[in-house]
Amino acid sequence: MTLNGWAQIALVLGIAVLAAVPVGRWLAAIAQGRLGFLARFDRGVLRAAGIDGAGQGWQRYLLAMLAFNAAGLVLLYLILRLQGVLPLNPQGFDGVPPFLAFNTAVSFVTNTNWQAYSGEVAMSHFSQMAGLAVQNFLSAATGIALAFAVMRAFAQGSLRELGNFWADATRVTLYVLLPGAVLAGFAFIAMGVPQTLDAGVTAATLGGGEQTIPLGPVGLQLAIKHLGTNGGGFFGVNSLHPFEGPSALATALQIILQILIPFGLCLTFGRVVGDRRQGQALLAVMVGFVLVATLGIYAAEAGGNPLHLAAGVAPELGNMEGKDVRFGQALAALFTATTTGASCGAVNAMLDSFTPLGGMIPLFLIQLGEVVPGGVGSGLYGMLVFALLSVFVAGLMVGRTPEYLGKKVQAREIKLAMLAVLVLPAVILGFAAVALNIGTGISSLAAAGPHGLTEMLYAYTSAAGNNGSAFGGLTADTPWLNVTLGIAMMLGRFAYVIPVLAIAGSIAAKPRTPEGPGTLPTHGPLFAGLLAGVILILGGLQYLPALALGPIAEHFSMLAGTTF
Amino acid sequence: MTMTSTPALLDGAILRQAAFEAVRKLNPRQLVRNPVIFVTEVVSILVTLLAFRDALSGNPWSFQAGVAAWLWLTVLFATFAEAVAEGRGKARAASLRASRGETMARWVPNPDDPAISAPRSASELRRGDHVIVEAGEIIPSDGEVVQGIASVNESAVTGESAPVIREAGGDRSAVTGGTLVVSDRILVRITSEPGSTFLDRMIAMVEGASRQKTPNEIALDILLAGMTIVFLIAVATLVGFASYSGSAPSVVVLSALLVTLIPTTIGGLLSAIGIAGMDRLVRFNVLATSGRAVEAAGDVDVLLLDKTGTITFGNRQAAAFITAPGVHLQEVAEAAVLASLADETPEGRSILAFAKEKYGIDVPGIRPADATPIPFTAQTRISGMDLPQGSFRKGAVDSLSAALNQSVPPELAQGIDRIARAGATPLAVAKDGRILGAIELKDIVKPGIRERFAELRRMGIRTVMVTGDNRLTAAAIAAEAGVDDFLAEAKPQDKLDYIRAQQGEGRLVAMAGDGTNDAPALAQADVGLAMQTGTQAAREAGNMVDLDSDPTKLIEVVEIGKQLLITRGALTTFSIANDVAKYFAILPAIFVAQYPGLMALNVMRLTSPQSAILSAVIFNALIIAGLVPLALRGVAYAPVGAAALLRRNLLIYGLGGLVAPFIGIKIIDVLLTFFGVA
Repeated sequence: MTLNGWAQIALVLGIAVLAAVPVGRWLAAIAQGRLGFLARFDRGVLRAAGIDGAGQGWQRYLLAMLAFNAAGLVLLYLILRLQGVLPLNPQGFDGVPPFLAFNTAVSFVTNTNWQAYSGEVAMSHFSQMAGLAVQNFLSAATGIALAFAVMRAFAQGSLRELGNFWADATRVTLYVLLPGAVLAGFAFIAMGVPQTLDAGVTAATLGGGEQTIPLGPVGLQLAIKHLGTNGGGFFGVNSLHPFEGPSALATALQIILQILIPFGLCLTFGRVVGDRRQGQALLAVMVGFVLVATLGIYAAEAGGNPLHLAAGVAPELGNMEGKDVRFGQALAALFTATTTGASCGAVNAMLDSFTPLGGMIPLFLIQLGEVVPGGVGSGLYGMLVFALLSVFVAGLMVGRTPEYLGKKVQAREIKLAMLAVLVLPAVILGFAAVALNIGTGISSLAAAGPHGLTEMLYAYTSAAGNNGSAFGGLTADTPWLNVTLGIAMMLGRFAYVIPVLAIAGSIAAKPRTPEGPGTLPTHGPLFAGLLAGVILILGGLQYLPALALGPIAEHFSMLAGTTF
Repeated sequence: MTMTSTPALLDGAILRQAAFEAVRKLNPRQLVRNPVIFVTEVVSILVTLLAFRDALSGNPWSFQAGVAAWLWLTVLFATFAEAVAEGRGKARAASLRASRGETMARWVPNPDDPAISAPRSASELRRGDHVIVEAGEIIPSDGEVVQGIASVNESAVTGESAPVIREAGGDRSAVTGGTLVVSDRILVRITSEPGSTFLDRMIAMVEGASRQKTPNEIALDILLAGMTIVFLIAVATLVGFASYSGSAPSVVVLSALLVTLIPTTIGGLLSAIGIAGMDRLVRFNVLATSGRAVEAAGDVDVLLLDKTGTITFGNRQAAAFITAPGVHLQEVAEAAVLASLADETPEGRSILAFAKEKYGIDVPGIRPADATPIPFTAQTRISGMDLPQGSFRKGAVDSLSAALNQSVPPELAQGIDRIARAGATPLAVAKDGRILGAIELKDIVKPGIRERFAELRRMGIRTVMVTGDNRLTAAAIAAEAGVDDFLAEAKPQDKLDYIRAQQGEGRLVAMAGDGTNDAPALAQADVGLAMQTGTQAAREAGNMVDLDSDPTKLIEVVEIGKQLLITRGALTTFSIANDVAKYFAILPAIFVAQYPGLMALNVMRLTSPQSAILSAVIFNALIIAGLVPLALRGVAYAPVGAAALLRRNLLIYGLGGLVAPFIGIKIIDVLLTFFGVA
C-alpha cells in the first residue's frame, strides 16, 4: 500500500460524498413533488402519458411496479430473441438463444446486469440501445421509485398512500437519470470512449494480420451503467476494456457515479422524513463499510500472494494479476468495493485473480444484502429493513416498544423484515449448495477446490443480490445456470421488494409518535455502530460456514503452499 | 408492605417443584409455542437416536451421547426457567386460594326488604344478586355496597390489616370477595359472575394460567424464529458445500452447530422473563389484567395524576399567618386557635397543629359551659367560638368583613390578595369584632413528589396534574410540585378529551383514578391504574389495580414495564452476539481434517475437534441456566435517558455477549481435557 494509493481512495470517496449532497437534495425535491421550474413541463408530461398521479396504497404501488417490470421483461426478451431481424445490426448477429435471452432479460429488468454473454460478440446495437440500455434506465428508476415510496411511509403519520409509481418512475427517469447519464456520457466520450453506430474498425496488425476492433454506442450506455448501478458492460470485460475504461480518470468517475445515487438517497431520506441527521447516520454506515472493505481489498492485494513472492515477484508489486496498470491496486480496490457494495456489478479488475481474502470481501459485501450502499433505491430500502431490525433489538434495551422515526416497530414489521432478510440466504446458499453437487454445475467451474466453490457461490450471490458482477472463471452460459441464476435474480429483486413495500404500507398507516428523552436516538455514532453490527450479524453471519470452505480455506491453504 | 411473603429468588421448594415441571414441559405439543426451543428438542431427539444407533452397532458413541445429553439439558434448562418463574407465582396463588375458601352467603331475594335472607353458597351467586353481610362474616363475592356502612379487613387481598371503610354511594362502595367485615352490616349487590371475581382473576394472573404473549414478545418471537430459519438454511446447505469439498460432517456435529447458532439463550428465557415481570408487579401489590398493559406501561409518554391525594395531601392546611397593622403575630395565632377550637374539619385541625408547631401555642383548657361554639354554615361562611376572654371568628374574608361591618385594613388586604394570587385560600381572623389578620390555607405538596417527577422527566415521561381548582391555584401547585403541565377546572369529560388528544398525537397515556367518574378516562387511557379502595366501576375500567391504593405507584409500574422490555432486549443481544465465538469453536473443528489450515481459526486453542464442539454445546446450555436469575430479577433500569441506557446495555450485553463465550468455552474445554472426557 502506498500513500499515493490512500490519497486516491480518499479523494475519490470524498468527492462522491460531497457530490451526493446536491444529488440527495434534488432527489428529495422530486420525491416531495417540489419541481420548481419543471412543474409545468411535468404536468404536461404526466398528462401526455395518461398518468393521473393519484396516490396509491402499497398494494397498488406494488402491482403497478410489478406490471411495469413484467412488461419490460417480455419486451426485452422479444427484442433479444428477434435481434436478427431487427434493425441496427451491422454485425449481423443472430437472435439470442432462449435460455440466455431469459437470463439476460431478467438480469437487466432486475437491475442485476449479470451477463452470461459478451456484448461485442452477441448483442446488436439495437439490442444494446433499445433493449439493455432502456432497462438500465427503467430498472434504476424502479428502484428509486420504490425507495421514495418507503421514505414517504416514514415521513408522516397515519398515511394511506405511498405515492404514485408511474409518476415517480417517470420523474426519476426524466429529471435524474437521463440528464445525469447524458452529462456523464459526454464526459466519458471526451475521455475517449467511443459513441458510434459503426460495427467496428478493421486494423492491420504489425504481424501483417487483420484485426476487427468492435465499436458501438458505448459512451452514453457506460454512463447509465454506473449511474443506475446496473453494471452491464458494453464489452465482455466491462470497464477493463480500453474503450470502457480508458483511463484512471474515467475509472474514478465511474466509481463516483456508481455510489452517487445510493449515497444521495440517504440524504434524501433524511430530508423527506424531516431530520437530516437520520440520513447522515445511514450514509455514515455505508461509507464506513465501503472504506473498511476498500482497505481490506487494498491490503490483501498489495500484500500479494506469498507463493508469487517466493517465486521471485517483486514484493512492492503485490498481486497485480487481473488488474490494469492504468488503474493500480488502490483504484481497483475502491472500484471493487463500491461496485459490489453498491450492487453495480461493473468491474475494472478480475476478481478471480484476486487473493482469496481480496476476493472474499466483495463476495461478503454482496451477501450483506446489497445495502452498503446497495443499488439505486434498493440499497436504501434494504438499509431501512436493517434499521428496523436494529431499532427493534436496541429499542427493547431502552425499555420502550421500539420505534423508528416515531413509528412503532411491531410484530407485523418484524415478520415482514425477517421474510425479506430470509430471501438472500435461502436463494444464495440453496442454489449454490445444489449447483456444486451436480455435474452441470461442476462442469461450469474453472477451478477446483475452495476456489471453485467461491466461483459458484459468487455467481448465485451476485445474481440474488442483483449485483451482476462476475467473479470470473465460471462458464455461465449453460441452461442450468441461465435458468437458476435468472430465478435467483427475480427472487432477489421481487421476493425482497414485496415484504418491503408491505412494511412501508404498515409503517405508513401508523401514527408518528413525537420524539422525547425516552426515545431511542437513531442518529449519531452509537446507533450507526449498532446498525453496522446488526448488518454484520443478521446479514452476514449465516454465510460464514460456506465462506470457511471457500475463500477462507483457500487463504490458509495458500499460506501452507497449496493451490487449487 | 407486600401481599404475601416473597419467596427468595431461587427458593428450594420452588426449585424442586420446577424440576418436575421442567420435564413435564418437554411435551412437544406445548413446546411448539417456542420455536427456538422446539427446534432444539427435535434436534436432541435426532442426536439421541443417532447415539443409540452408534452404540448398538458397536461404533464409538460417547461423543454422540455427550452432545445428546447436553442438547437435552439445553431444552431442560429452558423449560426449567419457565417452571421456576411460574413456580414463584404459584406459591403466591396458593396462599391467595387458601384465603378464599368456600363461603356461605346470606342471599337477599328482595333488596327492598333486606331483613329476609336465605343461605346460599358463594359459588352460586350471580351478578345482580344481593347479599347481606354482618360483622365477622366474609364477603362472598365482589360487589358494591348499596346500603349501610361497614369497616372491612381486606388483608386477604391487599395484605394491609388496618380495616377500611366501605359505604353505600360515593367512591368507596366496592367490596372484594374474600375480605372480612369487622363491624356493622352492609347490603351488597354482587357484580361478578362466579369464577371471575377479583380474587379469581388475581390467582389466575399470578399463576400465569391466563398468560398471553404480549405484542413485543410476539414480535421478538418472530425475530427469533426467523433467525432460526436462517441458521437452519446455513447448516442444511453446509451439507452441500462440505460434500463438494470432500468432507461429510456427521449429523451430530451439524446438529451441534445448529443449536449453538440459533438463539437458544433468549429463546429459552423469553417466557420466564415475561412471567417474572408480572410477578414483580404483583409483588408491588399491583395487579394487571394483562401482560399487554404491563408492556404498555413501559411505553407511557404522559402520566395523568389527580392533584388531590396524589400530588397534594388532599386538603388545605394552614401554612402561614399574616397580621393587620399594629397586631402582633402571636395574637393572630392565638385568635386563630381559639376560633378553630370547635372546627373539626381537617382545615380547622391543621390550624391548631400549625400554631402549635410554629408558635408553640397549646390549646387552652376550656370548660364547655363557658364556651359557645359558632358552627360554620354555608350561608354565613363564618365559624368561631364565644369565650370569656372574647368572641373569636374566622371565615372567608369578604363574609367576615361584611358580618362585622368592618373593612379590611389596606395593608392586610394586600397580604390577603397575595395569598389568593398564589393559589391559596385566605381566611380572615377576628377577635371581638376586629379583624386581626388572616390565615393562609394551602394545598401542601407531598414531600418527595417533586423528585419523583424529575425522575419521570429523565425517563422521558411528562406528568400532567388534573384538578378541579381554578387555573390560578392549579398553576401555583403545578409549579411547586414540578409537574410539566396541568389541567385546571377539570371535569371528567375534560380528562377524557385530554387523553384522547394526547393519544391522537401518538402518545401513550397512563392515569390513576378511583372514582366512578374516572372510569371512562381509565378505560380510555393506555394504562389505567385503579385504586383498590375505589369504586367497582373504576376497578373494571382500569387495566391494573393497585392494592395499596397509592396513585404514585404508576411510577413503579412504568419502571417494571421498562425493565421487562430491557431484559428481553439485553438477553437477545447477548444471545446473538454469542454466535461469533461459537463459529470460531465449531467451524475449524468440523473442517480441520479437510483443510488443516483452518486450525488458524481455532483462536481459543481448543484441545480437539470433539472437545471444541462439546464445549460450545455445554456453554450454550449452561448459559441458559446461568442467566435464569437475571431473567427472573430483570435487568436493572436507571432513568438516565435512552442514549445512555443503550450505550450501557450494548456495552454489557453486546460486547459482553461477544467476549463471554470465548472465555466460557475455553474454560469448559480445559476442564473436559483435564478430566479426560474428550
